[in-house]
Amino acid sequence: MSAAFEFTPENQQRFEEILSRYPRKRAAMLPTLHLAQQQQGLITGEVELFVARILEVPVVDVREILTFYTLFFRRPMGRHHIRLCMSISCWIRGANQIKDYMTRHMGVESGETMKDGSFSWEAVPDCLGACEMAPMIQLDKDFHGSLTPDKIRHILAEASKHSPGSKDDETKKHRNAKTN
Amino acid sequence: MPIEKLVSEHFSNPEARKLAWYRSHGGYEGAGKALDEMTPQEVTDEVLHSNLRGLGGAGFPTGRKWAFVPRDTGKPIYLAVNADESEPGTFKDRYILEWDPHRLLEGIIICAYAVGIHTAYIYVRGEYVRPAEILQAAIDEAYREGVLGKRVLGQDFSLDVYLHRGAGAYICGEETGLLESLEGKKGWPRLKPPFPAVVGLFESPTVINNVETLAHLPKIMVNGSQWFAEIGCERNGGTRLFALSGSVKKPGVYELPLGSSLHELIYQHGGGILDDKALKAVIPGGASAAVLTQQETEIQLDFDSCIKAKSMLGSGAVIVMNEDVCMVKAAHNIMRFFAHESCGQCTPCREGTAWVYRILTRILEGNATPADIHYLLEIADNMSGTSICALSDGAAMSFRSYVKKFTSEFEYHIRHGKCDVNERL
Repeated sequence: MSAAFEFTPENQQRFEEILSRYPRKRAAMLPTLHLAQQQQGLITGEVELFVARILEVPVVDVREILTFYTLFFRRPMGRHHIRLCMSISCWIRGANQIKDYMTRHMGVESGETMKDGSFSWEAVPDCLGACEMAPMIQLDKDFHGSLTPDKIRHILAEASKHSPGSKDDETKKHRNAKTN
Repeated sequence: MPIEKLVSEHFSNPEARKLAWYRSHGGYEGAGKALDEMTPQEVTDEVLHSNLRGLGGAGFPTGRKWAFVPRDTGKPIYLAVNADESEPGTFKDRYILEWDPHRLLEGIIICAYAVGIHTAYIYVRGEYVRPAEILQAAIDEAYREGVLGKRVLGQDFSLDVYLHRGAGAYICGEETGLLESLEGKKGWPRLKPPFPAVVGLFESPTVINNVETLAHLPKIMVNGSQWFAEIGCERNGGTRLFALSGSVKKPGVYELPLGSSLHELIYQHGGGILDDKALKAVIPGGASAAVLTQQETEIQLDFDSCIKAKSMLGSGAVIVMNEDVCMVKAAHNIMRFFAHESCGQCTPCREGTAWVYRILTRILEGNATPADIHYLLEIADNMSGTSICALSDGAAMSFRSYVKKFTSEFEYHIRHGKCDVNERL
């Protein structure tokens, strides 16, 4: 059994600011879980107990949220996490081939984490909202599109040099955005 | 005549994200005019006469939606901005969030002033991390510069705007599912009535508007309702952003007047069909819309024309399929999505989407019988009009159209256990 979870002083302050936005504590559920996951990397049982306590809801209500929404991790993931969009527009543009390549290249199946803990990845059935760059992935915060095996190798090699959310990562934002 | 860009003029210009730049290019003039010179009722009337319709998907007249809100309940009135863009094929609101966040904030101010709202929540889908960061930076700047807060634009009107991130659930784009999610619950849609305009967020009257709908308001205030109404077609005012994807040469977001032709979008703006192949089918309004065969694609892109074509304009997501796309596999892909995203509250949807996905899987695996086509159509009937929200109806409208319009492809798969269109996809 690991130690009880607490917010860092900085996150405790952010949590209190979040609470002030809503007339009811419970409404802070998703932002509080996002904040906890940002701190801890995943939502453990201890985090569930903590969130239930500070939002004054039964712990089963927190579990219900975690099993309903897909962006909260209940087990450890890689240092970088990749979502490959398998929805209709990406599928038309060859997402199945990208999925086959990812499986070979990563050496682990969709939903799994590489042995060295560097990357986890999953092929998701829901559209990630970037069909103009199909086929595409979300790597941590960023979208990368018009994927080919070469491009994936390059993106992964770049990412493995940095930790998610680092300064270098910031400078890359939106480089894929296209417009008419 | 060049097509006027009403909400996309700043796309691809990162300077537009800054308040000062936005202001020096006409930004916040519409909100300023509304607050300085107009009564809330005049603002609502202007929006009503502009024929602006809800651009999230339902196409409900925006001014009418606002007029439903009771002002005398003694409770606060809330605005919930729907930025949970998740309908497969849709990515237009992302462009507004990323490139023109102040236009959205200005639209929020105008709506809030018209309806008497002092608190707004922008519900952004959880996957849009970067767009949310850009929007939050714009909100912070707007507070610092007195555009939001206790005295909006220096006037005696207060407005707080909060960004609220979702966490990966398609159903939270359904307006009452969104409210449940905002309240910290799973996004199970609510039975209506009562409608959210009367009993919405925190049991209070609530307006729920889509990002693009709100982004149109500043120019309607500046140029007037008649100007806006004349850009579109009958009962469909203005322009709209079309998210074009699939088998086209130039996928992207294109802003066109409502009533423009689908062929103009695909061939002029989208550069034609990928690999110069034949056009086979088009989904005109996101995965929930019925697919149109090549012969049915000579239509106008407005809400009423698409209904007449027995489909819908929905979220403005136009997905193009060329001759290489197998329609059985396309239906299978779409039903995998709906089976995954059904929230599980209503039996016809929870069971129906899963059964249909299973039947389509066995058709693709060569384990089906000719009776399965009959089962699919029967399930479609049982999924229509039998659930709380429109997810089930949309899913049924979608897969029924594939089965009915491309029956021979389903029959070939069942009979031969293989694909005669494209084994590769």
